[in-house]
Amino acid sequence: MELFDSFLQQLWIAREALWHGFMLTVGISVASIVFGTLLGCVVALQLTYAPLLLRLPFRIYVDLMRGTPVLVLILASFYIPAVIGLSLSATEAGILALSLFAGAHIGELGRGALQAIPPGQIEAGRSIGLTFPKLLAYVLVPQALRAALPPWINTGVELIKGSSLLSIIGVGELLLKTQEIIGRNFMTIEFYVFAGVLYLIVNIALDQFGKSVERRMSAR
Amino acid sequence: MAYSLHFGAVWASFDKLLEGLALGLGLAVAAVAIGTVLGLVAAFASVGPSRVARAFVSAYVSLFRNLPLLVLVLLVYFALPATGIMLDKYQSFVGALALYSGAYLTEIFRAGLISVPVGLREAARSIGLTRLQTNLSVVAPVMLRNALPSLGNTFIGMFKDSSIAAAIAVPELTFEARKINVDTFRVIETWMVASGLYIVACAIIAALLRRLERRFPKF
Repeated sequence: MELFDSFLQQLWIAREALWHGFMLTVGISVASIVFGTLLGCVVALQLTYAPLLLRLPFRIYVDLMRGTPVLVLILASFYIPAVIGLSLSATEAGILALSLFAGAHIGELGRGALQAIPPGQIEAGRSIGLTFPKLLAYVLVPQALRAALPPWINTGVELIKGSSLLSIIGVGELLLKTQEIIGRNFMTIEFYVFAGVLYLIVNIALDQFGKSVERRMSAR
Repeated sequence: MAYSLHFGAVWASFDKLLEGLALGLGLAVAAVAIGTVLGLVAAFASVGPSRVARAFVSAYVSLFRNLPLLVLVLLVYFALPATGIMLDKYQSFVGALALYSGAYLTEIFRAGLISVPVGLREAARSIGLTRLQTNLSVVAPVMLRNALPSLGNTFIGMFKDSSIAAAIAVPELTFEARKINVDTFRVIETWMVASGLYIVACAIIAALLRRLERRFPKF
């Protein structure tokens, strides 16, 4: 009991650091899912409908991102911009890496969703005189969005988990703050478990949300 | 913007990178092997009759799928010794990755088990096989074949995740690359070569897996 009391005491002392770390984790995840989704939409459209020559660079981008570990992407976007004359903070470099990673994954799942739509629908849309942008807006995208929503939420979980890797390049998110606190009070198990529980709460909530969306989609 | 590429410094340590790549593969193989056993046991338990076992498996899966791998690795490496369990950095990383991959593999095997036709199980039972014999010699082979593509994808994922071992100073590819980067400042070259190695390794594994899938036609 005494141990638990001293943990609570240390937790109270560290509350602000942990709160800032947690908010940074959330902020980084939100920023990368927003950028990643914007990028992913472009990638998905190019992969599905662009002619070969335009499609190829996007294919290469997706395969490069999916073949490389996230940690390597993070380290590369931390070290490389400086030597080519761009100055990015560690946080910006992290968001860049996670967005590029998310863009490739969302692009792939968007392509899957678009290609799952029966080709007859494109022909039908064409034959009633819809232009391609209209076809996209009224026929293809609404259906693809429904199919892509559950895996998109899963990508969000992956990004929150991936954001913990930014502690390695010195971004003061939840995990690095936790490590700093452990460095001060040596309560290793307690604070790692505490950080783990925070990640779990957010991720399980998102995961359950994704599952309920999936159920509602398949019920219709 | 006056940066010209010189790969010399990276080539000089290329053997280190290759050793790191081999170590990463070894870690992934060991972890996925243990994870497969974990996943098989958990998957059979999750479709089994015991409600307690089902609840336990579902807690295991959602716990390890939603915890960042890095947190898990640090917890196993830094926090377990306080409870008296001493593991070196290789053992603790393989342990963490095995638990992590086990959770993903449970889901995959579970889906595979559900997709095994009921008639097959009934037929095996009606020719007099016991429940255990049915599971071992009829259900498991069909399920493993159906799960093979996802199993391969998980292996590739775990191989990429072996890069996280760099955080606890396991000298695998990412760790070596980072060292070369810091030692030589050939930043772009180092990361180009390192990610190139990962991509080539992933492509080779994927090609091997496709051949394996062709050797064992789908049920």
